[in-house]
Amino acid sequence: MIRFIVRRLLQLVPTMFGLSLLLFIWLHRLPGGPETSILGERATEERRAQIRASLGLDEPIWVQYGRFMRKLVAFDFGTSIQTGRPVMTEFGQRFPATLELTVTALVIAIGIGIPLGYMAARRRGSWLDNGTVMGSLLGVCVPVFFLAYVLKAIFSEYLHVFPSSGRQSDLLEATHVTGMFVLDGLITREWDAAGDALLHLVLPGIALASIPFAIIVRMTRASVLEVVGEDYVRTAEAKGLTERTVRGRHILRNALLPVATVIGLAVGGLLSGAVLTETVFAFGGIGSFLRDSIEFRDYPVLMGFIMMIALVYVLVNLAVDVSYGLIDPRVRVR
Amino acid sequence: MQRSRFRTACAVAAIAALTVGIAGCAESKRDNSSTSKDKTLVFGTAGEPKVLDPALATDGETYRPPRQVLETLIGNEQGSAKLVPRLAEKWDVSPDGTVWTFNLRKGVKFHDGTDFNADAVCQNFNRWFNFTGLYQNVAEYWLDTFGGFAKSESPTAPPSNFKSCAAKDSNTAVISLNKPTSRLPGAFTLPAMSIQSPKALAEYANESMSGDAKNLTYPKYALEKMVGTGPFKFVSWDRANKKITMERNDGYWGDKAKIAKLIFRAIPDENARRQALEAGEIQGYDLVAPADVPSLTSKGFDVPARPPFNILYLGMGQDNPKLADVRVRQAIAYAVDREALVKSKLPNGAKVADQFMPDSVEGYASDVKKYPHDVAKAKSLLAEAGATGVELKFYYPTEVTRPYMPNPKDIFEILKAGLEEAGIKVTPVPEKWSPTYLDDVRAGKPDLWIVGWTGDYNEGYNFVGTFFGRQKPEWSFDNVALRDALAKVDIEPSREKRIEMYKDINKQIMEFLPGVPLSSSPPSIAFAKNVKGVKPSPLTDEKFYTAEFTS
Repeated sequence: MIRFIVRRLLQLVPTMFGLSLLLFIWLHRLPGGPETSILGERATEERRAQIRASLGLDEPIWVQYGRFMRKLVAFDFGTSIQTGRPVMTEFGQRFPATLELTVTALVIAIGIGIPLGYMAARRRGSWLDNGTVMGSLLGVCVPVFFLAYVLKAIFSEYLHVFPSSGRQSDLLEATHVTGMFVLDGLITREWDAAGDALLHLVLPGIALASIPFAIIVRMTRASVLEVVGEDYVRTAEAKGLTERTVRGRHILRNALLPVATVIGLAVGGLLSGAVLTETVFAFGGIGSFLRDSIEFRDYPVLMGFIMMIALVYVLVNLAVDVSYGLIDPRVRVR
Repeated sequence: MQRSRFRTACAVAAIAALTVGIAGCAESKRDNSSTSKDKTLVFGTAGEPKVLDPALATDGETYRPPRQVLETLIGNEQGSAKLVPRLAEKWDVSPDGTVWTFNLRKGVKFHDGTDFNADAVCQNFNRWFNFTGLYQNVAEYWLDTFGGFAKSESPTAPPSNFKSCAAKDSNTAVISLNKPTSRLPGAFTLPAMSIQSPKALAEYANESMSGDAKNLTYPKYALEKMVGTGPFKFVSWDRANKKITMERNDGYWGDKAKIAKLIFRAIPDENARRQALEAGEIQGYDLVAPADVPSLTSKGFDVPARPPFNILYLGMGQDNPKLADVRVRQAIAYAVDREALVKSKLPNGAKVADQFMPDSVEGYASDVKKYPHDVAKAKSLLAEAGATGVELKFYYPTEVTRPYMPNPKDIFEILKAGLEEAGIKVTPVPEKWSPTYLDDVRAGKPDLWIVGWTGDYNEGYNFVGTFFGRQKPEWSFDNVALRDALAKVDIEPSREKRIEMYKDINKQIMEFLPGVPLSSSPPSIAFAKNVKGVKPSPLTDEKFYTAEFTS
C-alpha cells in the first residue's frame, strides 16, 4: 500500500508540470489582458502598453513561463494583479470558506444520498423509490444557479428562514481563528456566531450538493440493487443474520465501491461548482475570486488557484483509491 | 422493518427541529440588533474597490468608500453636479486661469487627530506630482487633469501643467499652473483629488508600489488605510468577505452622520443584490436592473433614479471606406429609431440624445443638426453614396450593465432592426465587455459599436474632449478643425466663452457625424422602506452620512 501511495505521489510531479505548461499557454493566449482592468475604460494605448511592459507581459511566453516556474520551486505563486497581494495570501484567506462550503455539500450529498439510495433500492417500486429517482433526476438536470435562485426566492425572500448571501451576518462581530466560521464559533464558544454561519451555509450547501447528491443517490441505488441480487446476500439472509449485519457487511460494503469512485469525481465537480454557487450567494471563497480573476485576466491568481485545485483533486482521488483497499479487501491482496 | 421506519421518521424530525431551531435563534439575534438606536447601514455594491487610495484608480466602485471617508477641496452639491465648498470655504482663480487660491476651512482635523491645513493640501498635491514608476501609470486622473509628473517616465506623457502648490498661510493654499485648463475647477471635485492625512501618507504611502519590476504590488496604504477628514472613519476591509466597514466620525466638522456604521458589501450578481435587499440583509444597493425597478417599487422599496448625466452612442469606424463617406454616416443616423429605443428599452426618464453631451452640461447646443428617424431619407442617402446593401460589422457587449446601457443586446437589436430596414446588412459580433469588447473597440476593429460615458463633472470637455480631444484608433479619423477647436476650448480661462465654444463644437461634431449619440439614461439605486436621506447623484457621488432609518 505504501509503495502504491508513493508511486502515485511521484506521478503527481509530471502531471502538475504538464498541467502548468498547458494552463500557462492557454491563459496567456486568452484575448485581452489585465491592463484594461487596472486602468479602466479611459486609458490610452500608450499607458496600457506601459502596464503590460511593467508586468512583463510583453516578453516571450517562454520567458514568462520560466520566471513562473523559478518562483514556483520556492512555492511562490507571485502577486495577484488585481489586489497587489501574494497569491498564497489570497488563497489562504479564501480557501477556508470554500472548504467549509464543499464539506457541507459533501456531508449533505453523502449523508443523505447514501441512506436514501439504499432505502430506495431496498423498497424498489415504492413511493420512496419513485420519488427518489424523480428527485435525483431533477437534481442532475436543474442548473445549480437556477436552483440557487429558487432556493433563495423561497427561503430568503418569502419565508425569511435562511440568509440569501454572505457567510455571516454583517452586524455580527465574531472572532476568526481558522477562517471556517462554524468551526471558529465552536472553538471560541461564540455559539450565535457558529449558528449564524451554519445558517448561511444551508442554501449554498444544498445548491452545491444538488448534483453530487443526485449522482450518489442513483449510483447507490443501482449498486445496491445489483448487490442485493447476489447469491451471498441471499445466503446471508437465509442464514438468518440480522438486517444490520446483512446491510453493513454484505450489501453496503460491496455496493459502496463504485459510489466511492463517484464521490472522488464529485469533489472535483464541487470545487468547480463552487464558482457558480459562491457567485450567486456572494459567498467570498476561492470560487468567486476565481471568477473575478478570469474577468481581470489575473494570470498569477488563475495559475496558482487552478494548480492548487488540481492538486486537491488529484489528492482526493488518491484518497479514494486508498479507500478502495479499506472497503474491499480484495484490492489490498492484489 | 417497522423499527427502521420509526428511526427514519425520528431522523427527519430531528433535522427539521435543528434547522428551525437555528433559524429561530438567528432570527431573534437579528431582531435584537435592529432595536438599537445607532444603526448600521449595509449597502450592496456591484464590485469591490481596487484599492483604497483613490489617486490610483478611476472606477466608481473604488471611489465609493473614499467618498465617505475622504474629502476634496471642492465638492458637488448633493443630488447635482453643482460645485459647492467642501474643505475649501471659497476659492478663486486669477484672470489668466493659472493661479487657484483656496481659502481653507478652519478647525478641521484628520481622523488621526492631525490638523488639516494648507500644508496638508500641498503635501497631497506634491505627492501626486512626484509619483514615480507604476504610480505614474495608474494615476489616470492626475494625468488627465495636470498632464504629467515632475519627472515623467513615459516618453509620450505630456509636460506637466502643475507648477507648484504653496501654503500662503495655514488656511490659504495656492496652486499654480503653467497654462489654464477647462478641467478645473471641476477636477478638484474628483475623488482622485481627495486630501489625505500627510501623517498617514508619510507613514505608509511612500512604500514602493512595486516590490519587483514584474509584480504590481500596491503599497500597504492603498490596501489597508484611508485617513481623511470625512464624516465616516475607515475601520476595515474584509477582503475574503468583500466587505468594507466604516464608522461615524464624531469629530466631523459638518453635520455628523445619522448612522453609527456603514458597510459596503460587494455582491457582484445583480439578482443576488436584489434578493439580499428583499430578504432584509442589506438596506440598499446600486445598479438596479431597469427590469427590477417596477417590482421593487410595487413592493414599497424606494428606487430613486439619478439625474441622467451620461451619453450612450453608436460609434462608426471610418477605417471602413464606406463609413468614411459622410452620407453613409448620415443614413445610419436617420435609420436608427432613437425614440423607439428610449421608449421601449431604457428606464423611465431616459432621453433621446442629439449631441455628444447631456442637456444638463454647460455648452449643450439647442441648434445642432438633427437626424430624426427617417428610413426613406436613409435609403436615398445610401443610394446616393452607392452603399445600398453595404455590410457592416456591428460589435456589442455581453454580460454587462452600464449606467447608460442597461441591456446592450436589446439596444443592439433595436438599432439593427432600423439599419436593416434601411437596407444595411448587419453582421452581429457579440463580445464579452471586459476585456475583449473594450479591447476590440479600442483597437478600431468594429464598423459599428455601442458604448457610452458617465460624466465626472459639469464641463463640456469631460464629454466631447474625452471622445475627440485626441486621435484614437477607435474613431480612426483626423478632423484637424475639430481637434484645434477642442485644444482651444481647453485653455480658454473664461467660462462664458467656453460655453459658446462648446456650442460651436457640438454643431461641428453633428455636421461631421463621427457617431450617433443615442440617449442619456437615469441609473437607479434602491433602498429599503425604512431608509431615507441619501440623494441620488448624477455623478454617482452619493453621500451616506445623511442616511437615516425611519423605523
